[in-house]
Amino acid sequence: MHEKKKTWLTFIFEVIVLAVLFTIVQYAMTVGLINQSYQINITSMCINIILAVSLNLINGFTGQLSLGHAGFMAVGAYASVIMTNNLGMPFIVGILVGCLAAGIAGFLIGVPTLRLKGDYLAIATLGFGEIIRVVLQNIDYVGGPAGMVGITRLTSWPWLYAATIVTILVIVNLINSSYGRAIISVREDEIASELMGINTTSYKVLAFVVGAMFAGLAGVLYAHFFYIIKPETFGFLKSFDIVVMVVLGGLGSTTGAVIAAIFITFLTFALQKYAAVRMIIYSLILIIVMIYRPQGLMGSKELTRKTFARIWSGKK
Amino acid sequence: MSLLEITNLHKSFGGLSAVLKFNFRLDAQELVGLIGPNGAGKTTVFNLITGVYKPNGGSIVFNNEDIAGMAPYNICKKGVARTFQNIRLFKDLSVIDNVKIAFHKNVNYNLLSTILRTPAFFRGEKIIEEKALEYLKIFKLEDKRDEIASNLPYGEQRRLEIARALATKPTMLILDEPAAGMNPQETRELMQLIEWIRKDFQLSILLIEHDMSLVMGVCERIYVLDYGQIIAHGLPEEIRNNKKVIEAYLGEEVG
Repeated sequence: MHEKKKTWLTFIFEVIVLAVLFTIVQYAMTVGLINQSYQINITSMCINIILAVSLNLINGFTGQLSLGHAGFMAVGAYASVIMTNNLGMPFIVGILVGCLAAGIAGFLIGVPTLRLKGDYLAIATLGFGEIIRVVLQNIDYVGGPAGMVGITRLTSWPWLYAATIVTILVIVNLINSSYGRAIISVREDEIASELMGINTTSYKVLAFVVGAMFAGLAGVLYAHFFYIIKPETFGFLKSFDIVVMVVLGGLGSTTGAVIAAIFITFLTFALQKYAAVRMIIYSLILIIVMIYRPQGLMGSKELTRKTFARIWSGKK
Repeated sequence: MSLLEITNLHKSFGGLSAVLKFNFRLDAQELVGLIGPNGAGKTTVFNLITGVYKPNGGSIVFNNEDIAGMAPYNICKKGVARTFQNIRLFKDLSVIDNVKIAFHKNVNYNLLSTILRTPAFFRGEKIIEEKALEYLKIFKLEDKRDEIASNLPYGEQRRLEIARALATKPTMLILDEPAAGMNPQETRELMQLIEWIRKDFQLSILLIEHDMSLVMGVCERIYVLDYGQIIAHGLPEEIRNNKKVIEAYLGEEVG
């Protein structure tokens, strides 16, 4: 009984913390404390968190190296813009259709490719990501290589915040369950997992589809913030950016993915002033981190309630 | 009535026949050993039974159903569990999570309640946790429940692997060299454990082992495999004195 009460109190406390964080940023935006460039920074941060956390489900937890995440982002972005701009549907329909379309794309690509392993899978997903981009370039309805322009800005702070929290919550809840253990067992030892009665292919596909759906969500938010989407935005370089965040944060750590996404967004932002040496500094920082933390910033560990409780009681 | 009946099983890798005309029978609650020199094809037979390899021919009838060529996860659901020669635990997971995975095939909450954390999820998790703890207690691993599996000493890893296999609720347990790397004392304890598991869980056990003291000590019948074929089978006493078996292990006498 006491234990239960404590869990509820922690839960309420967390909800309050999240609500306060939301209100502070919302207030600062309304009164103009956060200028345009910082708003872009915050948006990119949320989008990157969604991308990194969802890719981490595929690469980190399921252990299937996917290099086509930006492709699903593109599917989500385009599908939603067709809904909102071309068909005049409300934003929520755009979000749902974007996620659904990306999820279906994930399923169609996942079923044939997830029979492959390691490097082969990486190359296959890289190829599919490029196919998506090239297909978009050749469809006139969505603007071809010029992309879609004049998209209404519908992505606001409440949407971003809610989307980020939903993404993290869904993936954390999924991983900390029997389904999540099945997914992780695929990474740990595929043969042993099969012999424990787990249909490894279907769990790989599950992780792939969920990951793709949230990549789609990120795409929706991206498209409705930056006014314009072009196929080349979602090329393999974008996919690599997301992989870098996941590896930097630590494969198989959701908190790691979040921290790395925030870190890299800020780094990119801070280095904008030094355009000439930007990539050099960026790469150097990555190399240094990888030398001293080859397992990523967090390894496969998570920051949990327990970690905070330990730090708290340690200080006392 | 036999629980497992293998007839004319055949498996070749390229031009090499790893298993040829393999016939085998295992009765309910029987403990049978499969022995043979290195490279004889013993582990290949296990991989064929559990679906890791697909046979080129022959039938594997388990519980009146031909399971030859089925996917491993389906064979597991039919009631076959195994351990591995070179331990295959989920290394980075905790001891208790290793066992919990065995219960996933019977998980009684769906994905939606997982994501929404409904009461069904908490009930289901509680049941899984309790069941997993039962198995850890049986194998004296409950103190190490939160330890990472790869940090366990070797003998405990072997025990955990058996616990995990048993947690899938099999009717037949296949042990691939369970005593590999154990000292005589540990081997003796393992023998007792195997005997006890069979009685308590009412299982049929099929085991591969090189340690003759263990094989002769616990097995009721023994099959001897050499170059992918059965060269002898019978009671331990008969096998011990079988000329063909001695030849396979030690080589022929020079005229």
